[in-house]
Amino acid sequence: MSAGLVLQGVHTHIGRYHILQGVDFDVPPGKTTMLLGRNGAGKTTCLRTIMGLWKASKGTIRFGEAAIEALPASAVARSGVAYVPETMAIFSDLSVRENLLLAAREGPIDDKRLEWIFTFFPALKKFWLSRAGSLSGGQKQMVSIARAIIEPRRLLLIDEPTKGLAPAIIGGLIECLREIKRGGVTILLVEQNFRVARELGDEVRVMDNGRIVHVGAMAELAADSRLQGQLLGLSLDSHQ
Amino acid sequence: MSAVDVGAALPRAKIEILPALTPLIVALIAAPFIGSASTFVTLTLAGLAMGMMIFTMASGLTLAFGMMDVLNFGHGAFISLGAYVATLVFLPLTAWAQSDSLVLNLAVFGLALAAAVVVCGAFGFVFERVLIVPVYGQHLKQILITIGGSIVAEQLLYAIFGPEQIPIAPPALFRGSFTFGDAAIEKYRIVAMIVGFVVFVAQMVVLNRTKIGLLIRAGVENREMVEALGYRIDRLFVGVFMAGSALAGLGGVLWALYRGQVHASMGGELLVLVFIVIIIGGLGSVGGCFTGAILVALISNYAGFLAPKLALVSNILLMVVVLLWRPRGLYPVSGR
Repeated sequence: MSAGLVLQGVHTHIGRYHILQGVDFDVPPGKTTMLLGRNGAGKTTCLRTIMGLWKASKGTIRFGEAAIEALPASAVARSGVAYVPETMAIFSDLSVRENLLLAAREGPIDDKRLEWIFTFFPALKKFWLSRAGSLSGGQKQMVSIARAIIEPRRLLLIDEPTKGLAPAIIGGLIECLREIKRGGVTILLVEQNFRVARELGDEVRVMDNGRIVHVGAMAELAADSRLQGQLLGLSLDSHQ
Repeated sequence: MSAVDVGAALPRAKIEILPALTPLIVALIAAPFIGSASTFVTLTLAGLAMGMMIFTMASGLTLAFGMMDVLNFGHGAFISLGAYVATLVFLPLTAWAQSDSLVLNLAVFGLALAAAVVVCGAFGFVFERVLIVPVYGQHLKQILITIGGSIVAEQLLYAIFGPEQIPIAPPALFRGSFTFGDAAIEKYRIVAMIVGFVVFVAQMVVLNRTKIGLLIRAGVENREMVEALGYRIDRLFVGVFMAGSALAGLGGVLWALYRGQVHASMGGELLVLVFIVIIIGGLGSVGGCFTGAILVALISNYAGFLAPKLALVSNILLMVVVLLWRPRGLYPVSGR
């Protein structure tokens, strides 16, 4: 079901700014790959470029067997990619139910899958008919993630899902993502919270100044505080 | 599996009923100044009819504006086009329109509305593909090109139909008036009110009860995310633009029959009013557009009766007051 993602020599320009400057990395199928880096390194741009929301000015992006770098975002989504943006981008004027209805492209929402989602996010059941804009930040994040998994997808692109959330909520999100991962879905996760990265990541790619500067196993990076300091300007111990 | 339940502190959604009540409040304030009950009823019903017609013309623009972020100053051309299409239907079917048969009267009226919807929708498709697509996201160019497009359309209408105003009258049974108490009520105003209300209900049903409606509402708020969910937003744009053009044409027919004449610049003359309505209502909000249209029409009628000189600026004053109270309109749409 899952498929791998490969970026080769990807460049992205936004206006006159050259953000991605030849990004090369792969996301192995069925694995969770963390995309780390300092603020402004180009992580969000990378996800948006993969999703087709910003066009790569050069380079190739392959998802499974298909080249997707020239596809519009709708076609990328239809190839099995779901995107959870950093801003969550939930539809505030729509109810929680309507947000999920919209994400269920293939037809009515599968009740079994919905119940499965409710096991992680009971708040969504409670506020099923509430206006999504009236939810708290954590609840909005739940809507955003639920929207991405309301139907099976082959690749999840998730941008800083724990940003600004309380620790109790983060724990639940980790459980949810772990469960999705167990289902064999390929995940590319941008995350600033190193504890989350360590708990979820199989692989890690580190970006700096629009380029990939480190490729390896997450466990290796988590075990090497010198490397963390060198790549990210932090040590894991300080982010427990 | 652990569960995350952080649902304890959800703020109750505020029910925004006050903006919807503003037309009623305005009517209640105006009533004692007007004095005569029959005059008040006549002015109010005339205002409601006018409001429904303006709403029909404006609702398409507010959706296109809200969703596509397109400043379409050519919207008035579709109002004029719809009115001309009505003359093309009424002319060969004059016998039906003059007949005492309600069926024939309704048939010619319905045909005119349907023809205007189809023709304006089709021209809307061409307008969007040729003029709007190259300038998405560029407001200044949108203003220039849509004004240019409306000038070309207006001159084409003059070239095809001639510079004279073309008289047009409602079907025989829709003319004249009846009395309700001491108030004289024009029949056609009731017809226009019914059509406008049906258009409003239909739009609300589509927007709130169908997936297309969901997509439109979501698209008004965040086009990019709709695209990222796998929907072709460009196709939705075309559909909304065509629907907006068709509604403008429908409103043009209603307005032409109300005023009894058609000319190519009528759409352009109404455009300022249409923009005031969608700004007052909140860009992208159909409910706000409905309330705004009725508010504008009622105040225009009351002011015309109570202080004719003030009537000239009543709409601008209304817009200023509403925006001071609610800077994003009566029913602002999130994300806009």
